[in-house]
Amino acid sequence: MPQDALFDYVLRMGDNCLVLAQRVSVWCGHAPVLEEDIALANTALDLIGQTRLWLSYAGEIEGKGRSADDLAYLRDARAFRNCLLVEQPNGDFGQTLMRQFLFDAWHHFTLGALKNSADGRIAEIAEKAAKEVAYHLDRSGDLVIRLGDGTAESHNRMQAALDHLWPFAGELTTPDEVDEALTQKGVAADLAQVESQVSAYMEKTLAEATLSAPKDAPVRKGGKTGLHGEELGYILAEMQFLQRAYPGATW
Amino acid sequence: MYAQEVKSTGKPVKSLDEMDPEERAFQERIDADIKIEPKDFMPEGYRKTLIRQISQHAHSEIVGQLPEGNWITRAPTLERKAILLAKVQDEAGHGLYLYCAAETLGASRDEMTEQLLAGKAKYSSIFNYPSLTWADIGAIGWLVDGAAIMNQVQLQRCSYGPYSRAMVRICKEESFHQRQGYDIMMKLVKGTDAQQEMAQDALDRWWWPSLMMFGPPDAQSVHSAQSMAWKIKPVSNDELRQRFVDQTVPQAEYLGLQIPDPDLKWNEARGRYDFGKIDWNEFYDVLKGNGPCNKERMAARQKAWDDGAWFRDGLMAHARKKQSRKMAAE
Repeated sequence: MPQDALFDYVLRMGDNCLVLAQRVSVWCGHAPVLEEDIALANTALDLIGQTRLWLSYAGEIEGKGRSADDLAYLRDARAFRNCLLVEQPNGDFGQTLMRQFLFDAWHHFTLGALKNSADGRIAEIAEKAAKEVAYHLDRSGDLVIRLGDGTAESHNRMQAALDHLWPFAGELTTPDEVDEALTQKGVAADLAQVESQVSAYMEKTLAEATLSAPKDAPVRKGGKTGLHGEELGYILAEMQFLQRAYPGATW
Repeated sequence: MYAQEVKSTGKPVKSLDEMDPEERAFQERIDADIKIEPKDFMPEGYRKTLIRQISQHAHSEIVGQLPEGNWITRAPTLERKAILLAKVQDEAGHGLYLYCAAETLGASRDEMTEQLLAGKAKYSSIFNYPSLTWADIGAIGWLVDGAAIMNQVQLQRCSYGPYSRAMVRICKEESFHQRQGYDIMMKLVKGTDAQQEMAQDALDRWWWPSLMMFGPPDAQSVHSAQSMAWKIKPVSNDELRQRFVDQTVPQAEYLGLQIPDPDLKWNEARGRYDFGKIDWNEFYDVLKGNGPCNKERMAARQKAWDDGAWFRDGLMAHARKKQSRKMAAE
């Protein structure tokens, strides 16, 4: 169980990055302004870099010789461990941005905690990723504020995106057995602590953005244990196309 | 990359004696290889030709994101995905420097974008071809970026300072792009039969359109003479095309791929390759909007612009609010 929990935990970190990068990179060439094309490509690039670190480590923990690419390209949906939030469709740019913002906030505080993980490799990856993610959160937080407090239309779109995505964000800060077992060992981020940091940050930022988080919305979860929405299969079908169509080829 | 058939004044090049003193002093600076900077005097024709050329170049970078962006989500490995993302991001960055360079000549980015969407400003014909397989990503890097570098290396010597400096920076990144394209091709030709076929098929489809990137033959290029006199474009279309062929044929041989031109052969006397006739009807047809993807490319850019209006307006409104709150507080 302990090794499986560690494998699962590291997969979750990697799969979140991978699935979100897939989603975000679809905007390449289609964003509302050129600066966003550049910023989104940059975000996706950071996330792919982090994916490679996490999934390589997951493969080592598993010990069956699977590489980061094997894990990314040759697993089916049930074996993916990303949260539901990151697989949500891009929607309009407001939804893409809100999804990024909710994820970045959790990601930032989680990596902050993981820098002190009892697992040296996790601490090392978190150290590197945290620098990139601090920038992601600066950027998405700033845009959420500006668009929330922009025109009536930009406000309405950001509020609608928040209403829609908020229930998914809860999955990230809700601990399960894997989180609890590894938190006790000092390996995982303590989600109770992350939750309070995220809440404080959200409260301040959303107030500045003149947006309000839905009250008492039930948390929508399942991804962390492999119970995904129907969308994930399509994300994987697209991502894994070449590896599936030309088995064993090298690229 | 990627200026083709940039309209200049359309008039014959004046001799120094035909120029008024101001224009003559300008031409003498150019002849002495002194860079022209934004605040310097420049003839209106020089300014307009440069705006056309730089904006066309910028638009090409922007539209050029689309055929490659098409494969980011399907890149076959995490490393390939990261490299392709970095490349497409660089291209958007090139678009940004180039729009800034054009802005120093008094054209705003919004105006240039509107001209692109209205079909008044062009972008390189090459991006109206579809990227159908992963090998196309290799071929685009190898051939299209290779052609772009050939063109841009000479533009580093352009007489207009901001454009020339943008080119120096862009050229450094483009050589990385070409290498990644060639590297994709190398992997394919060393791979399975299906991968080798994929590589040959991509070369077959991208070869001729890549040669067209340099623009029409010198004899038909009415605007080249003035642009060359102004050193906006120091080397002619045909010379650049020839250099590209000479550089690329040995690379194709090394890959073991066949260039789809039965007339291609080494000319010992010239010390260069002879190559077959380009189908200029296809080129002009693509420029007119009848290429395989012209409609889709413009529709994608139009949609990005239209769907992004609320985003841009929101940011502007916020900036105004912030400004007025700041003033109220003072």
